[in-house]
Amino acid sequence: MSLLTVSKLNACYGDFQALFEIDLEANPGEVVAIIGANGAGKSTFLSAIAGNVRSRGNAISLGGEAISGLRPWEIVRRGVALVPEGRRLFSSLSVEENLLIGAYAKKKDAWPLAQIYELFPQLKLKNRLSSLSLSGGEQQMVAIGRALISNPRLLMCDELSLGLAPVVVHDIYETLAAIRDRGVALIIVEQNVKQALAFADRVYCFQEGRVSLTGRANQLKPEQISRAYFGLEGAA
Amino acid sequence: MIVQPMHAAIRVEQSSSTSRMAGLGALVLIAALFSSPAWLDRGHLSMLMEFFYFLAIAQMWNLLAGFAGIISLGQQAFLGLGGYVLFSLSIQHGWNPIAALLMAGVVGALVAIPGALVVFRLQGAYLAIGTWVVAETFKLAFSEVTSLGAGSGISLPASVARAVSLGPLHRDTVLYAAALLIAFLSTFCSYALLRSQAGLALTAVRDNEATARSAGVNSLRIKLLVFVATGFGTALTGALIYLSKLRISPAAAFDVNWTSYMIFIVVIGGIGTLEGPIAGTLVFFLLRQYLSDLGSWYLILLGVVAVVVMLRMPSGLWGTFAKSRDISLFPTRRRLAYSAADSRATGEVMYPGKEHR
Amino acid sequence: MSGWLDSILQGLLLGALYALFAAGLSLVFGVMRLVNVAHGDFIVLSAFLALALQRLLGFSSPFLTLILLVPLMFIFGYLLQRTVLNPALGEDILRPVLITFGLSVIIQNGLLQAFSADSQKLHGGRLEVASIALPAGLAVGTLPLLTLVVSAALIGLLQWMLYNTRLGRALRATSDDLSTAGLMGVNTPHLFAVAAGIAMVTVAVAGVFTGVRASFDAVSGPDWLIFAFEAVIIGGLGSLWGTLAGGMILGMAQTTGARFSPSWQLLSGHLVFLAILIFWPRGLFPRRME
Repeated sequence: MSLLTVSKLNACYGDFQALFEIDLEANPGEVVAIIGANGAGKSTFLSAIAGNVRSRGNAISLGGEAISGLRPWEIVRRGVALVPEGRRLFSSLSVEENLLIGAYAKKKDAWPLAQIYELFPQLKLKNRLSSLSLSGGEQQMVAIGRALISNPRLLMCDELSLGLAPVVVHDIYETLAAIRDRGVALIIVEQNVKQALAFADRVYCFQEGRVSLTGRANQLKPEQISRAYFGLEGAA
Repeated sequence: MIVQPMHAAIRVEQSSSTSRMAGLGALVLIAALFSSPAWLDRGHLSMLMEFFYFLAIAQMWNLLAGFAGIISLGQQAFLGLGGYVLFSLSIQHGWNPIAALLMAGVVGALVAIPGALVVFRLQGAYLAIGTWVVAETFKLAFSEVTSLGAGSGISLPASVARAVSLGPLHRDTVLYAAALLIAFLSTFCSYALLRSQAGLALTAVRDNEATARSAGVNSLRIKLLVFVATGFGTALTGALIYLSKLRISPAAAFDVNWTSYMIFIVVIGGIGTLEGPIAGTLVFFLLRQYLSDLGSWYLILLGVVAVVVMLRMPSGLWGTFAKSRDISLFPTRRRLAYSAADSRATGEVMYPGKEHR
Repeated sequence: MSGWLDSILQGLLLGALYALFAAGLSLVFGVMRLVNVAHGDFIVLSAFLALALQRLLGFSSPFLTLILLVPLMFIFGYLLQRTVLNPALGEDILRPVLITFGLSVIIQNGLLQAFSADSQKLHGGRLEVASIALPAGLAVGTLPLLTLVVSAALIGLLQWMLYNTRLGRALRATSDDLSTAGLMGVNTPHLFAVAAGIAMVTVAVAGVFTGVRASFDAVSGPDWLIFAFEAVIIGGLGSLWGTLAGGMILGMAQTTGARFSPSWQLLSGHLVFLAILIFWPRGLFPRRME
């Protein structure tokens, strides 16, 4: 049984409809990648699951429970965590406090802080510093740690590799692999299609708010993907 | 979706048939109002005059808060200033009261310039309280001026009061006409401003100052213009109010309750519309007429109504009504209209001139 | 010389009271960018409630009423925030300002109805007149000194809470980035209400202390709001200790002005405030990047 089931999801910003009838599934221990051009609705989709964008009806269910319409903190409590685009760390909080805030909703269930430091040892040395003084890669680690500490069943990452050096991106994806191996379901939104295909089990391509292509990463052909990405005819 | 045909002629329209009808109606009404000293009794005339000066200060507060995004809780500073300038010029320097009236407006405008320097350093709610502090400072400062009665205030001598009459026109008529004129001008000038290029700039600034700036709008200049203009108008109205009351004191002239009334009228009527203050003043007067013997309860009711309206109907009575029917008597919104015959859809670009998010 | 020293000393003590007025305002603005125009009226309300409670329950000291007043005002603040103020918060700053302005009118006139326009005072007994002698012929009243201690302690407590507790962490995160805080599991409407409740607790304390120190009436609120506001602005946005400093600077400005003429007290405070605003628009010790 899949962990996350999205069925015919529609989402709007005021009068503007951003998502049309999205169907998507994610299973524990699986990596699902979402690719697509800017404005295709990828971030909106993650926001809808996380509860920041109100979706209509009962389109989203987590572990069998309908979560559409729940407030974001209620969704965190049910085991969904988001690493937002641009990281969005809290500037008034130190590195350690940023990590701890992720555990706000899960007093009992959370990862111990030590476990996060095991995963990202560089952060331990800088734990008292303001998050602003860290490098891009380190900030990304804090953002991931902040999401992880809530012990999620589903971890969603929005544009992890933006602005980061390839070496750093490589390290981060290695960490994600370790997280996947623990049985967490991963949904990653990636601009870097190559990276997405290399890491993911299954891929969805979004185009103007719709799913234009879906399939196993190792079975999709490059031409198929290009067409789906740019919205040309002939996509599956 | 906007379907753009090949040879469409695009016009920018501002009026609609509703507004044209309303314009006609307004002319009839204004003619009636100007002639009313001839057929209305003193009591009603005096009430109408009060209506007009409340409308005037409400329109100006609305221009400031609803269009320029400057929430001032200190406009009573200008009201009182205008009153005191009038009293000072006519009592101490022998000016003709009508001339003093105009000068009061000018002084208001002049004071608004350095005032803006201080006040614009703050944003939003802090700007609001900052303006309140400035008004309180005025109150305290004027309480120290012994030549104008200090804390207990001063009365207008009969000789000055009599000088208000112009030829055959009695003093009351002159004051009435002045009030009507100010109310009309405050509404009309706001309307003219909003229909102009400056008005478009103003709306852009109110909606999103950063974006407006990047589009080349000098937001500071336009806000200053509005602040100075409302300083002029409010001071002028204040002078008129105290000319008719014949007595001024710091506690009354700089009373923050003036702002309470402005806020109530504009909020209930509909902020960011020109019709709103008219509707709001009507409601305010009706409530006052029937409920003011309730004393404090009346004010409590006003407060409750204001809170409830702000929570439930943030666009006010007029605003909510107008939106549901898409009516505008003072149209300031600009529409793009396609007149090509084969266009399948009309495009409407909304520059929300009257909606307030 | 001792006259000037005395002014400064009295100014510091007066300023501690203003800081007490301002602490709640500073907290609420820091967390949710809300300026409650009725803040001063809430302080007056607390003073009246203390008066009523003391009469009703026959307490010997008005300070004892705090035992009931503190939880009462916390609940009141929490409920008010959740029902009236949370819905009004958003990008539009007009709505909260106008709503709290409406609340101000309601409270003032409600108090007028309930208690008449008469001036009132809480009676603190011997505490009010006792004083401690200092060298150089100076003296400090016990009550103002107590006010200073309580004010500093309260601000210290708030500061400790903000930087050393889970709640404080959540408050700071929410003030940084409201929507991301929600995404990280913080129940933001509840948190705002808790902050408002805490602010009301400071208001309760401020109300009792000022009620004992000087007389008050139903319409004193706006004056106190202005002092609170000036203290916050002078001190700098986002800093509680700054608010304490701001209060003291305001207090000293007032007492110095009063030396020239009693009627100059308030005016000198306002003028110093306006001067600081012109030269240091973000205050003297601002904390956050606005």
